[in-house]
Amino acid sequence: MRDAEFFRHWMRAAADAVEREADRLTELDSPIGDADHGANLLRGFAAVRSAVAGPEPAGTPGALLQVAGRTLIATVGGASGPLYGTLLRRTGKELGEAAEVSDEDLRAALRAGVDAVARLGGAAPGDKTMLDALVPGVEALSRSYRAAADAADGGAGATVPLRARKGRASYLGERSIGHQDPGATSAALLLGALADTAEGTA
Amino acid sequence: MLINSADTVVGDALRGMAAAHPELEVDVARQVVVRRGARDGGRVGLVSGGGSGHEPLHAGFVGPGMLSAACAGAVFTSPVPDQMLHAAGAVDAGQGVLFVVKNYTGDVLNFRMAAELAEEDGLRVETVLVDDDVAVTDSLYTAGRRGTGATLFVEKIAGAAAEEGAPLDRVAALARQVNDVSRSFGVALGSCTTPAKGSPTFDLPDGELELGVGIHGEPGRERHAMMTAREIAEVAVEAVLDDLARTHPAAGRPVLLLVNGMGATPLLELYGFHAEVAAALAARGVPVARALVGNYVTSLDMAGCSVTVCRADDELLRLWDAPVQTAALRWGR
Repeated sequence: MRDAEFFRHWMRAAADAVEREADRLTELDSPIGDADHGANLLRGFAAVRSAVAGPEPAGTPGALLQVAGRTLIATVGGASGPLYGTLLRRTGKELGEAAEVSDEDLRAALRAGVDAVARLGGAAPGDKTMLDALVPGVEALSRSYRAAADAADGGAGATVPLRARKGRASYLGERSIGHQDPGATSAALLLGALADTAEGTA
Repeated sequence: MLINSADTVVGDALRGMAAAHPELEVDVARQVVVRRGARDGGRVGLVSGGGSGHEPLHAGFVGPGMLSAACAGAVFTSPVPDQMLHAAGAVDAGQGVLFVVKNYTGDVLNFRMAAELAEEDGLRVETVLVDDDVAVTDSLYTAGRRGTGATLFVEKIAGAAAEEGAPLDRVAALARQVNDVSRSFGVALGSCTTPAKGSPTFDLPDGELELGVGIHGEPGRERHAMMTAREIAEVAVEAVLDDLARTHPAAGRPVLLLVNGMGATPLLELYGFHAEVAAALAARGVPVARALVGNYVTSLDMAGCSVTVCRADDELLRLWDAPVQTAALRWGR
Protein backbone atom coordinates (compact mmCIF):
# COMPACT_ATOMS: atom_id res chain seq x y z
CA MET A 1 0.00 0.00 0.00
CA ARG A 2 1.16 3.54 -0.75
CA ASP A 3 0.63 6.38 1.67
CA ALA A 4 0.90 10.16 1.24
CA GLU A 5 4.62 10.01 1.95
CA PHE A 6 5.10 7.89 -1.18
CA PHE A 7 3.36 10.50 -3.30
CA ARG A 8 5.27 13.35 -1.66
CA HIS A 9 8.43 11.46 -2.55
CA TRP A 10 7.24 10.97 -6.13
CA MET A 11 6.62 14.70 -6.56
CA ARG A 12 10.06 15.51 -5.15
CA ALA A 13 11.65 12.97 -7.50
CA ALA A 14 9.75 14.53 -10.41
CA ALA A 15 11.00 17.98 -9.42
CA ASP A 16 14.56 16.60 -9.25
CA ALA A 17 14.19 15.06 -12.71
CA VAL A 18 12.82 18.27 -14.20
CA GLU A 19 15.67 20.22 -12.62
CA ARG A 20 18.18 17.78 -14.05
CA GLU A 21 16.66 17.76 -17.53
CA ALA A 22 15.35 21.33 -17.89
CA ASP A 23 17.99 22.38 -20.39
CA ARG A 24 17.38 19.31 -22.51
CA LEU A 25 13.61 19.94 -22.50
CA THR A 26 14.20 23.50 -23.62
CA GLU A 27 16.59 22.32 -26.35
CA LEU A 28 13.96 19.88 -27.62
CA ASP A 29 11.41 22.71 -27.57
CA SER A 30 13.60 25.03 -29.67
CA PRO A 31 13.27 23.62 -33.18
CA ILE A 32 9.52 22.86 -32.98
CA GLY A 33 8.21 25.05 -30.16
CA ASP A 34 9.25 28.21 -28.45
CA ALA A 35 12.15 27.11 -26.28
CA ASP A 36 10.56 27.37 -22.87
CA HIS A 37 9.30 23.91 -21.88
CA GLY A 38 12.16 23.34 -19.45
CA ALA A 39 11.90 26.77 -17.89
CA ASN A 40 8.13 26.46 -17.46
CA LEU A 41 8.20 23.03 -15.83
CA LEU A 42 11.11 24.11 -13.65
CA ARG A 43 8.96 26.95 -12.30
CA GLY A 44 5.98 24.64 -11.79
CA PHE A 45 7.75 21.75 -10.09
CA ALA A 46 9.73 24.08 -7.84
CA ALA A 47 6.32 25.33 -6.64
CA VAL A 48 5.07 21.74 -6.30
CA ARG A 49 8.13 20.89 -4.21
CA SER A 50 7.26 23.65 -1.72
CA ALA A 51 3.52 22.95 -1.85
CA VAL A 52 3.84 19.27 -0.95
CA ALA A 53 6.35 20.06 1.78
CA GLY A 54 3.93 22.46 3.43
CA PRO A 55 1.13 21.66 5.83
CA GLU A 56 -1.73 22.04 3.34
CA PRO A 57 -1.86 18.64 1.68
CA ALA A 58 -3.86 16.60 4.11
CA GLY A 59 -2.42 13.22 4.86
CA THR A 60 -3.96 11.37 1.93
CA PRO A 61 -2.48 10.51 -1.45
CA GLY A 62 -5.51 11.97 -3.22
CA ALA A 63 -5.27 15.32 -1.46
CA LEU A 64 -1.55 15.56 -2.07
CA LEU A 65 -1.84 14.95 -5.81
CA GLN A 66 -4.68 17.44 -6.08
CA VAL A 67 -2.59 20.11 -4.39
CA ALA A 68 0.29 19.31 -6.75
CA GLY A 69 -2.04 19.56 -9.76
CA ARG A 70 -3.55 22.85 -8.63
CA THR A 71 -0.05 24.20 -8.07
CA LEU A 72 1.00 23.30 -11.62
CA ILE A 73 -2.09 24.96 -13.09
CA ALA A 74 -1.43 28.09 -11.04
CA THR A 75 2.26 28.41 -11.88
CA VAL A 76 3.17 26.83 -15.21
CA GLY A 77 0.87 28.47 -17.74
CA GLY A 78 1.01 27.53 -21.41
CA ALA A 79 -0.50 24.20 -22.37
CA SER A 80 1.70 22.22 -19.98
CA GLY A 81 0.14 23.82 -16.87
CA PRO A 82 -3.47 22.78 -17.46
CA LEU A 83 -2.48 19.42 -18.96
CA TYR A 84 -0.08 18.28 -16.24
CA GLY A 85 -2.29 19.93 -13.62
CA THR A 86 -5.30 18.01 -14.87
CA LEU A 87 -3.32 14.76 -14.94
CA LEU A 88 -2.40 15.02 -11.25
CA ARG A 89 -5.68 16.55 -10.08
CA ARG A 90 -7.80 13.94 -11.81
CA THR A 91 -5.56 11.14 -10.56
CA GLY A 92 -5.81 12.57 -7.05
CA LYS A 93 -9.60 12.80 -7.25
CA GLU A 94 -9.84 9.19 -8.37
CA LEU A 95 -7.79 8.09 -5.36
CA GLY A 96 -10.47 9.60 -3.13
CA GLU A 97 -9.90 10.07 0.58
CA ALA A 98 -8.16 6.81 1.43
CA ALA A 99 -5.10 7.18 3.66
CA GLU A 100 -3.38 4.39 1.75
CA VAL A 101 -3.93 3.16 -1.78
CA SER A 102 -2.99 -0.05 -3.53
CA ASP A 103 -0.90 -0.19 -6.69
CA GLU A 104 -4.05 -1.29 -8.47
CA ASP A 105 -5.92 1.82 -7.23
CA LEU A 106 -3.08 3.96 -8.50
CA ARG A 107 -3.12 2.29 -11.91
CA ALA A 108 -6.83 2.93 -12.31
CA ALA A 109 -6.49 6.50 -11.08
CA LEU A 110 -3.60 7.27 -13.43
CA ARG A 111 -5.59 5.84 -16.32
CA ALA A 112 -8.44 8.22 -15.46
CA GLY A 113 -5.93 11.07 -15.23
CA VAL A 114 -4.54 10.30 -18.68
CA ASP A 115 -8.08 10.10 -20.10
CA ALA A 116 -8.80 13.54 -18.65
CA VAL A 117 -5.66 14.93 -20.32
CA ALA A 118 -6.76 13.47 -23.67
CA ARG A 119 -10.22 15.04 -23.29
CA LEU A 120 -8.90 18.46 -22.26
CA GLY A 121 -6.32 18.68 -25.04
CA GLY A 122 -8.41 16.87 -27.64
CA ALA A 123 -5.36 14.84 -28.60
CA ALA A 124 -4.76 11.14 -29.20
CA PRO A 125 -1.65 8.97 -29.39
CA GLY A 126 0.19 9.67 -32.64
CA ASP A 127 -0.42 13.43 -32.49
CA LYS A 128 3.12 13.99 -31.14
CA THR A 129 2.14 15.13 -27.65
CA MET A 130 2.66 14.00 -24.05
CA LEU A 131 -0.01 11.33 -24.66
CA ASP A 132 2.48 9.42 -26.81
CA ALA A 133 4.40 8.74 -23.60
CA LEU A 134 1.53 8.66 -21.09
CA VAL A 135 -0.74 6.20 -22.89
CA PRO A 136 1.82 3.38 -23.42
CA GLY A 137 3.23 4.18 -19.97
CA VAL A 138 -0.08 3.69 -18.21
CA GLU A 139 -0.80 0.55 -20.25
CA ALA A 140 2.47 -0.97 -19.09
CA LEU A 141 1.75 -0.16 -15.45
CA SER A 142 0.04 -3.54 -15.04
CA ARG A 143 3.48 -5.13 -15.51
CA SER A 144 5.54 -2.88 -13.25
CA TYR A 145 6.40 0.74 -12.52
CA ARG A 146 9.71 0.26 -14.32
CA ALA A 147 7.93 -1.19 -17.35
CA ALA A 148 5.70 1.90 -17.37
CA ALA A 149 8.69 4.23 -17.26
CA ASP A 150 10.41 2.32 -20.06
CA ALA A 151 7.27 2.28 -22.20
CA ALA A 152 6.84 6.04 -21.69
CA ASP A 153 10.47 6.57 -22.62
CA GLY A 154 9.99 4.46 -25.74
CA GLY A 155 6.83 6.40 -26.56
CA ALA A 156 8.69 9.69 -26.27
CA GLY A 157 11.44 8.41 -28.55
CA ALA A 158 8.85 7.20 -31.03
CA THR A 159 7.55 10.75 -31.49
CA VAL A 160 10.64 11.63 -33.57
CA PRO A 161 9.25 10.53 -36.97
CA LEU A 162 5.73 11.79 -36.22
CA ARG A 163 4.14 14.90 -37.67
CA ALA A 164 2.71 17.11 -34.92
CA ARG A 165 -1.05 17.58 -35.06
CA LYS A 166 -1.62 19.41 -31.79
CA GLY A 167 0.06 22.27 -29.99
CA ARG A 168 2.44 24.81 -31.39
CA ALA A 169 4.59 22.29 -33.27
CA SER A 170 1.56 21.48 -35.45
CA TYR A 171 2.08 24.78 -37.26
CA LEU A 172 5.30 23.42 -38.73
CA GLY A 173 3.48 20.69 -40.63
CA GLU A 174 6.00 18.35 -42.28
CA ARG A 175 8.86 20.24 -40.68
CA SER A 176 7.89 18.98 -37.24
CA ILE A 177 9.08 15.52 -38.36
CA GLY A 178 12.49 14.44 -37.08
CA HIS A 179 12.28 16.04 -33.63
CA GLN A 180 11.40 14.41 -30.32
CA ASP A 181 8.36 15.94 -28.66
CA PRO A 182 9.33 17.85 -25.51
CA GLY A 183 5.97 17.17 -23.83
CA ALA A 184 6.27 13.41 -24.33
CA THR A 185 9.81 13.66 -22.98
CA SER A 186 8.76 15.40 -19.79
CA ALA A 187 5.84 12.97 -19.36
CA ALA A 188 8.37 10.12 -19.48
CA LEU A 189 10.38 11.91 -16.76
CA LEU A 190 7.28 11.95 -14.54
CA LEU A 191 6.74 8.19 -14.93
CA GLY A 192 10.49 7.59 -14.52
CA ALA A 193 10.32 9.44 -11.19
CA LEU A 194 7.39 7.25 -10.18
CA ALA A 195 9.38 4.09 -10.94
CA ASP A 196 12.41 5.39 -9.04
CA THR A 197 10.18 6.18 -6.08
CA ALA A 198 8.52 2.76 -6.13
CA GLU A 199 11.93 1.08 -6.28
CA GLY A 200 13.27 3.28 -3.53
CA THR A 201 16.04 4.57 -5.77
CA ALA A 202 14.88 8.19 -6.01
CA MET B 1 19.83 41.68 -23.73
CA LEU B 2 18.73 44.71 -21.73
CA ILE B 3 17.42 42.75 -18.76
CA ASN B 4 18.28 42.00 -15.15
CA SER B 5 17.60 38.29 -15.42
CA ALA B 6 15.40 35.92 -17.37
CA ASP B 7 13.42 35.19 -14.20
CA THR B 8 12.46 38.79 -13.49
CA VAL B 9 11.97 40.08 -17.02
CA VAL B 10 8.16 40.18 -16.97
CA GLY B 11 7.89 41.65 -13.47
CA ASP B 12 10.51 44.27 -14.29
CA ALA B 13 8.62 45.31 -17.42
CA LEU B 14 5.40 45.64 -15.42
CA ARG B 15 7.15 47.79 -12.80
CA GLY B 16 8.33 50.02 -15.58
CA MET B 17 4.88 50.16 -17.06
CA ALA B 18 3.43 51.17 -13.70
CA ALA B 19 5.98 53.98 -13.40
CA ALA B 20 5.33 55.25 -16.93
CA HIS B 21 1.54 54.96 -16.79
CA PRO B 22 0.06 56.04 -13.48
CA GLU B 23 -3.33 55.95 -15.19
CA LEU B 24 -3.13 52.13 -15.08
CA GLU B 25 -3.44 49.85 -12.06
CA VAL B 26 -0.53 47.48 -12.39
CA ASP B 27 -0.48 44.48 -10.07
CA VAL B 28 3.13 43.42 -10.50
CA ALA B 29 2.87 40.35 -8.26
CA ARG B 30 -0.18 38.95 -10.03
CA GLN B 31 0.95 40.19 -13.46
CA VAL B 32 -2.40 41.80 -14.15
CA VAL B 33 -2.94 45.31 -15.57
CA VAL B 34 -6.35 46.89 -14.94
CA ARG B 35 -7.90 50.07 -16.26
CA ARG B 36 -8.32 52.48 -13.36
CA GLY B 37 -12.01 52.76 -12.47
CA ALA B 38 -12.78 49.74 -14.66
CA ARG B 39 -16.02 49.08 -12.80
CA ASP B 40 -17.31 52.65 -13.01
CA GLY B 41 -20.01 53.21 -15.57
CA GLY B 42 -21.43 49.70 -15.52
CA ARG B 43 -19.81 48.58 -18.74
CA VAL B 44 -19.08 45.10 -20.04
CA GLY B 45 -15.53 44.16 -19.08
CA LEU B 46 -12.98 43.13 -21.69
CA VAL B 47 -10.17 40.87 -20.49
CA SER B 48 -7.39 39.57 -22.65
CA GLY B 49 -3.92 38.25 -22.05
CA GLY B 50 -1.28 35.91 -23.27
CA GLY B 51 2.38 35.24 -23.09
CA SER B 52 4.71 38.19 -22.65
CA GLY B 53 6.99 39.16 -25.51
CA HIS B 54 4.22 40.51 -27.78
CA GLU B 55 4.24 44.06 -26.42
CA PRO B 56 2.40 46.35 -26.66
CA LEU B 57 -0.17 43.50 -26.89
CA HIS B 58 -2.00 43.17 -24.46
CA ALA B 59 -1.30 45.49 -21.52
CA GLY B 60 -0.51 48.35 -23.89
CA PHE B 61 -4.14 48.23 -24.99
CA VAL B 62 -5.71 48.61 -21.54
CA GLY B 63 -7.68 51.82 -21.10
CA PRO B 64 -10.82 53.72 -22.09
CA GLY B 65 -12.18 52.42 -25.40
CA MET B 66 -10.26 49.17 -25.42
CA LEU B 67 -9.38 46.50 -22.80
CA SER B 68 -10.49 46.63 -19.17
CA ALA B 69 -7.66 44.34 -18.07
CA ALA B 70 -4.79 42.27 -19.40
CA CYS B 71 -3.00 39.27 -17.90
CA ALA B 72 0.68 38.74 -18.68
CA GLY B 73 2.16 35.26 -18.74
CA ALA B 74 5.81 34.30 -18.80
CA VAL B 75 7.54 34.97 -22.11
CA PHE B 76 5.55 33.23 -24.88
CA THR B 77 3.62 31.28 -22.24
CA SER B 78 -0.06 31.71 -21.46
CA PRO B 79 -1.01 33.30 -18.15
CA VAL B 80 -2.74 31.05 -15.61
CA PRO B 81 -6.44 30.86 -14.64
CA ASP B 82 -5.85 32.62 -11.29
CA GLN B 83 -4.76 35.75 -13.16
CA MET B 84 -7.79 35.77 -15.45
CA LEU B 85 -10.13 35.15 -12.53
CA HIS B 86 -8.61 38.05 -10.65
CA ALA B 87 -8.87 40.29 -13.72
CA ALA B 88 -12.48 39.30 -14.37
CA GLY B 89 -13.40 40.04 -10.76
CA ALA B 90 -11.63 43.39 -10.89
CA VAL B 91 -13.51 44.60 -13.98
CA ASP B 92 -16.96 42.99 -13.73
CA ALA B 93 -19.56 45.68 -13.15
CA GLY B 94 -22.44 43.22 -13.24
CA GLN B 95 -22.70 43.31 -17.03
CA GLY B 96 -20.40 40.35 -17.61
CA VAL B 97 -16.95 39.92 -19.07
CA LEU B 98 -15.64 39.07 -22.52
CA PHE B 99 -12.43 37.03 -22.73
CA VAL B 100 -10.46 37.76 -25.90
CA VAL B 101 -8.29 34.69 -26.48
CA LYS B 102 -5.72 34.06 -29.19
CA ASN B 103 -5.96 30.54 -30.54
CA TYR B 104 -2.99 28.80 -28.97
CA THR B 105 -3.47 25.63 -26.97
CA GLY B 106 -2.13 27.16 -23.75
CA ASP B 107 -4.21 30.31 -23.95
CA VAL B 108 -7.33 28.36 -24.85
CA LEU B 109 -6.96 25.85 -21.99
CA ASN B 110 -6.13 28.42 -19.32
CA PHE B 111 -8.90 30.82 -20.33
CA ARG B 112 -11.36 27.91 -20.53
CA MET B 113 -10.50 26.90 -16.97
CA ALA B 114 -10.82 30.51 -15.85
CA ALA B 115 -14.22 30.89 -17.55
CA GLU B 116 -15.53 27.77 -15.81
CA LEU B 117 -14.32 29.01 -12.42
CA ALA B 118 -15.69 32.53 -13.01
CA GLU B 119 -19.09 31.14 -13.92
CA GLU B 120 -19.05 29.05 -10.76
CA ASP B 121 -18.53 32.37 -8.95
CA GLY B 122 -21.64 33.75 -10.67
CA LEU B 123 -19.95 35.89 -13.34
CA ARG B 124 -21.24 35.96 -16.89
CA VAL B 125 -18.38 35.20 -19.25
CA GLU B 126 -18.27 35.05 -23.03
CA THR B 127 -15.15 34.05 -24.92
CA VAL B 128 -14.07 35.02 -28.43
CA LEU B 129 -11.27 33.05 -30.06
CA VAL B 130 -9.06 35.00 -32.43
CA ASP B 131 -7.74 32.81 -35.28
CA ASP B 132 -6.84 34.99 -38.25
CA ASP B 133 -3.56 33.53 -39.48
CA VAL B 134 -3.98 32.19 -43.02
CA ALA B 135 -0.56 30.51 -43.03
CA VAL B 136 -2.11 27.66 -41.07
CA THR B 137 -3.94 26.09 -43.98
CA ASP B 138 -4.90 22.66 -42.80
CA SER B 139 -6.68 23.22 -39.52
CA LEU B 140 -7.79 19.58 -39.38
CA TYR B 141 -4.24 18.50 -38.64
CA THR B 142 -3.10 21.41 -36.52
CA ALA B 143 -4.24 23.18 -33.39
CA GLY B 144 -6.17 25.45 -35.75
CA ARG B 145 -5.29 28.85 -37.08
CA ARG B 146 -3.20 31.06 -34.84
CA GLY B 147 -4.42 34.34 -33.44
CA THR B 148 -2.14 37.20 -34.47
CA GLY B 149 -2.72 40.76 -35.75
CA ALA B 150 -6.52 40.63 -35.77
CA THR B 151 -6.37 40.59 -31.97
CA LEU B 152 -5.78 44.34 -32.12
CA PHE B 153 -8.85 44.88 -34.32
CA VAL B 154 -11.00 42.69 -32.06
CA GLU B 155 -9.86 44.45 -28.88
CA LYS B 156 -10.30 47.93 -30.34
CA ILE B 157 -13.72 47.41 -31.90
CA ALA B 158 -15.22 45.31 -29.09
CA GLY B 159 -13.71 47.77 -26.61
CA ALA B 160 -15.40 50.68 -28.35
CA ALA B 161 -18.74 48.87 -28.26
CA ALA B 162 -18.34 48.14 -24.54
CA GLU B 163 -17.41 51.78 -23.93
CA GLU B 164 -20.71 52.82 -25.57
CA GLY B 165 -22.57 50.58 -23.17
CA ALA B 166 -23.40 47.69 -25.50
CA PRO B 167 -24.51 44.53 -23.66
CA LEU B 168 -22.27 41.47 -23.42
CA ASP B 169 -23.99 39.54 -26.21
CA ARG B 170 -23.54 42.44 -28.60
CA VAL B 171 -19.90 43.04 -27.65
CA ALA B 172 -19.16 39.35 -28.11
CA ALA B 173 -20.99 39.23 -31.45
CA LEU B 174 -18.99 42.20 -32.74
CA ALA B 175 -15.75 40.62 -31.58
CA ARG B 176 -16.62 37.42 -33.45
CA GLN B 177 -17.62 39.39 -36.53
CA VAL B 178 -14.27 41.20 -36.58
CA ASN B 179 -12.40 37.91 -36.26
CA ASP B 180 -14.56 36.39 -38.97
CA VAL B 181 -13.63 39.08 -41.52
CA SER B 182 -9.95 39.45 -40.58
CA ARG B 183 -6.95 37.64 -42.04
CA SER B 184 -3.21 37.84 -41.35
CA PHE B 185 0.04 36.65 -42.85
CA GLY B 186 3.50 36.98 -41.27
CA VAL B 187 7.09 36.88 -42.48
CA ALA B 188 10.28 36.48 -40.45
CA LEU B 189 13.63 37.80 -41.59
CA GLY B 190 15.39 36.48 -38.49
CA SER B 191 14.70 34.52 -35.32
CA CYS B 192 13.92 36.10 -31.98
CA THR B 193 15.86 35.35 -28.81
CA THR B 194 13.89 34.41 -25.72
CA PRO B 195 15.39 35.50 -22.39
CA ALA B 196 15.14 31.93 -21.03
CA LYS B 197 17.20 30.45 -23.85
CA GLY B 198 19.45 33.43 -24.56
CA SER B 199 20.22 32.38 -28.12
CA PRO B 200 18.11 32.52 -31.30
CA THR B 201 15.19 30.07 -31.26
CA PHE B 202 15.77 28.99 -34.82
CA ASP B 203 18.57 29.47 -37.27
CA LEU B 204 17.76 31.67 -40.23
CA PRO B 205 20.79 32.44 -42.38
CA ASP B 206 21.25 35.84 -43.96
CA GLY B 207 19.66 35.95 -47.36
CA GLU B 208 16.72 33.74 -46.38
CA LEU B 209 13.31 34.39 -44.89
CA GLU B 210 10.47 32.38 -43.40
CA LEU B 211 7.03 32.76 -44.92
CA GLY B 212 3.91 32.23 -42.83
CA VAL B 213 5.25 32.68 -39.31
CA GLY B 214 3.31 33.21 -36.12
CA ILE B 215 4.36 35.38 -33.23
CA HIS B 216 6.39 33.00 -31.08
CA GLY B 217 9.65 32.88 -32.92
CA GLU B 218 8.64 29.55 -34.34
CA PRO B 219 9.70 28.77 -37.88
CA GLY B 220 7.08 29.29 -40.56
CA ARG B 221 5.65 27.02 -43.21
CA GLU B 222 8.30 27.57 -45.81
CA ARG B 223 11.78 28.97 -46.14
CA HIS B 224 12.56 31.12 -49.13
CA ALA B 225 15.44 33.08 -50.60
CA MET B 226 15.35 36.76 -49.61
CA MET B 227 12.68 38.79 -51.42
CA THR B 228 12.12 42.52 -51.89
CA ALA B 229 9.50 44.37 -49.86
CA ARG B 230 7.36 44.48 -53.01
CA GLU B 231 7.57 40.72 -53.51
CA ILE B 232 6.77 40.02 -49.86
CA ALA B 233 3.79 42.38 -50.03
CA GLU B 234 2.50 40.52 -53.10
CA VAL B 235 2.75 37.17 -51.32
CA ALA B 236 1.12 38.45 -48.12
CA VAL B 237 -1.72 40.34 -49.81
CA GLU B 238 -2.42 37.44 -52.16
CA ALA B 239 -2.54 35.05 -49.20
CA VAL B 240 -4.91 37.11 -47.05
CA LEU B 241 -7.28 38.13 -49.86
CA ASP B 242 -7.43 34.61 -51.33
CA ASP B 243 -8.38 33.22 -47.99
CA LEU B 244 -10.83 35.99 -47.17
CA ALA B 245 -12.50 35.54 -50.56
CA ARG B 246 -13.55 32.00 -49.63
CA THR B 247 -16.06 33.43 -47.17
CA HIS B 248 -16.16 37.18 -47.76
CA PRO B 249 -15.29 38.77 -51.09
CA ALA B 250 -13.08 41.77 -50.36
CA ALA B 251 -12.89 43.49 -53.75
CA GLY B 252 -14.56 46.89 -53.67
CA ARG B 253 -15.03 46.72 -49.89
CA PRO B 254 -12.95 48.94 -47.62
CA VAL B 255 -10.56 47.29 -45.18
CA LEU B 256 -8.79 48.20 -42.00
CA LEU B 257 -5.12 47.48 -42.58
CA LEU B 258 -2.46 46.71 -40.02
CA VAL B 259 1.13 46.61 -41.24
CA ASN B 260 2.77 45.25 -38.16
CA GLY B 261 6.40 44.96 -37.14
CA MET B 262 7.62 41.91 -35.22
CA GLY B 263 9.89 43.93 -32.95
CA ALA B 264 13.20 44.36 -34.75
CA THR B 265 12.16 45.88 -38.06
CA PRO B 266 12.54 49.68 -38.15
CA LEU B 267 9.68 51.96 -39.13
CA LEU B 268 11.71 53.05 -42.15
CA GLU B 269 11.31 49.53 -43.51
CA LEU B 270 7.73 49.12 -42.26
CA TYR B 271 6.54 52.26 -44.01
CA GLY B 272 8.27 51.21 -47.20
CA PHE B 273 6.60 47.82 -46.87
CA HIS B 274 3.27 49.53 -46.18
CA ALA B 275 3.55 51.41 -49.48
CA GLU B 276 3.88 48.08 -51.28
CA VAL B 277 1.02 46.48 -49.34
CA ALA B 278 -1.29 49.43 -50.08
CA ALA B 279 -0.33 49.26 -53.78
CA ALA B 280 -0.94 45.51 -53.89
CA LEU B 281 -4.37 45.98 -52.30
CA ALA B 282 -5.23 48.85 -54.67
CA ALA B 283 -4.22 46.71 -57.66
CA ARG B 284 -6.79 44.13 -56.50
CA GLY B 285 -9.54 46.72 -56.09
CA VAL B 286 -9.46 46.78 -52.29
CA PRO B 287 -9.61 50.30 -50.82
CA VAL B 288 -7.85 50.87 -47.48
CA ALA B 289 -10.20 52.79 -45.20
CA ARG B 290 -7.80 53.07 -42.27
CA ALA B 291 -4.19 51.98 -41.88
CA LEU B 292 -2.01 51.44 -38.86
CA VAL B 293 1.75 50.97 -39.25
CA GLY B 294 4.03 50.03 -36.38
CA ASN B 295 5.05 47.43 -33.82
CA TYR B 296 1.78 46.29 -32.20
CA VAL B 297 1.80 42.49 -32.06
CA THR B 298 5.43 41.62 -31.72
CA SER B 299 7.61 38.61 -31.21
CA LEU B 300 10.38 39.93 -28.97
CA ASP B 301 13.28 41.00 -31.19
CA MET B 302 12.20 39.14 -34.29
CA ALA B 303 12.92 40.88 -37.56
CA GLY B 304 9.92 40.70 -39.84
CA CYS B 305 6.41 41.91 -40.36
CA SER B 306 2.83 40.84 -40.74
CA VAL B 307 -0.13 42.09 -42.72
CA THR B 308 -3.67 42.00 -41.32
CA VAL B 309 -6.78 43.12 -43.15
CA CYS B 310 -10.25 43.43 -41.68
CA ARG B 311 -13.14 43.84 -44.12
CA ALA B 312 -15.01 46.75 -42.57
CA ASP B 313 -18.62 47.89 -42.75
CA ASP B 314 -19.90 51.28 -41.59
CA GLU B 315 -20.35 50.17 -38.01
CA LEU B 316 -16.92 48.58 -37.69
CA LEU B 317 -15.39 51.76 -39.14
CA ARG B 318 -17.32 53.93 -36.70
CA LEU B 319 -16.19 51.79 -33.75
CA TRP B 320 -12.60 51.79 -35.05
CA ASP B 321 -12.68 55.59 -35.14
CA ALA B 322 -14.16 55.87 -31.64
CA PRO B 323 -11.88 57.43 -29.01
CA VAL B 324 -9.28 55.21 -27.43
CA GLN B 325 -6.84 56.04 -24.67
CA THR B 326 -4.27 53.36 -23.92
CA ALA B 327 -0.51 53.24 -23.56
CA ALA B 328 0.05 52.11 -27.14
CA LEU B 329 -3.03 53.28 -29.04
CA ARG B 330 -4.72 56.61 -28.50
CA TRP B 331 -6.82 58.90 -30.62
CA GLY B 332 -10.03 60.90 -30.70
CA ARG B 333 -9.88 62.57 -27.30
